[in-house]
Amino acid sequence: MMDARISRAGGGVICLHGQWTLAAIGAHAQELRRELQALPPGGEWDLRDVARLDSFGALLLWQHWGRRWPQQCQCSDVQRATLEAVAQHARGDAIPAPRRAHVLDPVVHLGEATLGAGEHARDLVVLIGQLALNLLHLLRTPAEWPLKEISANVFKAGVRAMPVSALVGFLIGVVLSYLSALQLQMFGADAFIVNILGLGIIRELGPVLIAVLVAGRSGSAMTAQLGVMRVTEEIDALTAMGISPTLRLVLPKVVALALVMPLLVVWTCAIALLGGMVAAWVQMDFSMVFFLQSLPDAVPGANVWIALSKGVAFGTLIALIACHFGLRVKPNTESLAANTTASVVTSISMVILVDAIFAITTRSIGLP
Amino acid sequence: MMNAAAAPILALRRIVTRFGDNVVHDGLNLCVERGEVVSLVGGSGTGKTTLLRHIIGLTRPAAGEVELFGEPLFSGSLAAQRARRRRFGVLFQQGALFSAFTVGENIAFALRETRRVRDTEVQDLVALKLHMVGLTPEQAHLMPAELSGGMIKRVALARALALEPELLLLDEPTAGLDPARSAEFVALIQQLHRALGLTVILVTHDLDTLAALSSKIAVLAERKVISYAGLQETLQLDHPFIHHFFGGEAGRRAFAHLNPETEPA
Repeated sequence: MMDARISRAGGGVICLHGQWTLAAIGAHAQELRRELQALPPGGEWDLRDVARLDSFGALLLWQHWGRRWPQQCQCSDVQRATLEAVAQHARGDAIPAPRRAHVLDPVVHLGEATLGAGEHARDLVVLIGQLALNLLHLLRTPAEWPLKEISANVFKAGVRAMPVSALVGFLIGVVLSYLSALQLQMFGADAFIVNILGLGIIRELGPVLIAVLVAGRSGSAMTAQLGVMRVTEEIDALTAMGISPTLRLVLPKVVALALVMPLLVVWTCAIALLGGMVAAWVQMDFSMVFFLQSLPDAVPGANVWIALSKGVAFGTLIALIACHFGLRVKPNTESLAANTTASVVTSISMVILVDAIFAITTRSIGLP
Repeated sequence: MMNAAAAPILALRRIVTRFGDNVVHDGLNLCVERGEVVSLVGGSGTGKTTLLRHIIGLTRPAAGEVELFGEPLFSGSLAAQRARRRRFGVLFQQGALFSAFTVGENIAFALRETRRVRDTEVQDLVALKLHMVGLTPEQAHLMPAELSGGMIKRVALARALALEPELLLLDEPTAGLDPARSAEFVALIQQLHRALGLTVILVTHDLDTLAALSSKIAVLAERKVISYAGLQETLQLDHPFIHHFFGGEAGRRAFAHLNPETEPA
């Protein structure tokens, strides 16, 4: 009763029975296809005992008939209409095939990528230009500073990042101290642990570590937020109200990260040094008091300024890149995912690139 | 089988829904026979969409039973539950098209998921469904982001019809469409209802849609279905919601042909 069945009546008439629907045929479509194959496509067909015929069932029959009516087909009007709809529209080639891959495609992709990079650079410059104009505007009308947004971003990107950066910083400090202590002990140069940890963490590791963390944590969030606002037309709504989206959405993020990153650098470095100090004490019985006393001599003050300016630079960079990619999101999920990924990858790469530039330009500053 | 065919296609029994302290449904009953086109109407916050989500199985009521095709919605093995889900199609309010897929892939998706339909057959069926909802095969390659509101609804309807459902659930099918498009869409659903013998349950605020489509109207008020009847009978009902909902200017216009005495002089 339920399943689709085929039987042969006298005089070569082929009778179909049961439910010829996708749901009913589904599980044994293969057997039914094989059974149909064994039958001659032409001849006489009787569909009057079929309880229900949907377009899948009709398509199976139509294919078997070689996409034309058999000599005789007994069926109800509804079934005939279903079959006719299939006959008219299921021609096998109705939907034009999508473009196939071409030998020259890699060249085209390379060209597109190059032009795309140029476009990215231009958009980023435009964004920076808009921010500069916004800043000029804000200098003239200080009442319009988006202070609430800035403070909200300081809280989200800064305060909320403190526990995780403390954990990571502490562990990196411990690992670094432990590894260095093993080497230094071999030469009896225990006291140099202060120089290694102090310079290494404050000048290099601290800023880069927190920048990578913030890029992953806040950069992705900013891109996703702006991207969804783009998709839901919230950014257009802001523009329509005469409110500059860069002023309200981008500027607070950039300013907040530029403000909060140096503070996070200080925080992470301090905790990393604490971790290193504790590890040195446990490993080599190195006095913590002596560690703290000799730190200022081992690390000239200029290094702190280098670390702080790195913080500002990295923060600005991460926020700019995150917003740039966020504003490029197109209204589909794929684009949101691609831009969020691109945002994080680009900001981390750029952070390391800028860090290298810092290393070269400041190579004669702050080294004892 | 005979038994299942005779049973109502949808039965809601003593449904209770709570959001925190807010009781939305309290002992709600509704029984829909095969072939009906049922409109769910009610003021905002009476839980029309929530009821639809219960039927789809996206949410579960705090108490009570949802029966589809004569069986409890969550009964049987996973395979049985999945098979049950494939017997109804849903048109979500915003279309809910997969934005990373083309129109054609959106419609083909569920067909491919069955793993029973061959690729060439999928293409044919997609072309057929596109024609059913009044789109051309060339439009199969468009992305959802490139579609207008009316086209999104059409594609979503084609996707809902892909698995040849017996029951079609529509959430605000004409919301966001202009009157001409909305009338077109209503005509489309009517035509499909006739051609495919579907049962349709829709949530709507639009009186024109309601008047044109429904064979039965379920009125949600006081946390229950207070009336489940044809349009004429529903209009006779003496209830504040009915007066408010159907009695306005738009209501008089939509039902002028039914109720001559309420027609403005």
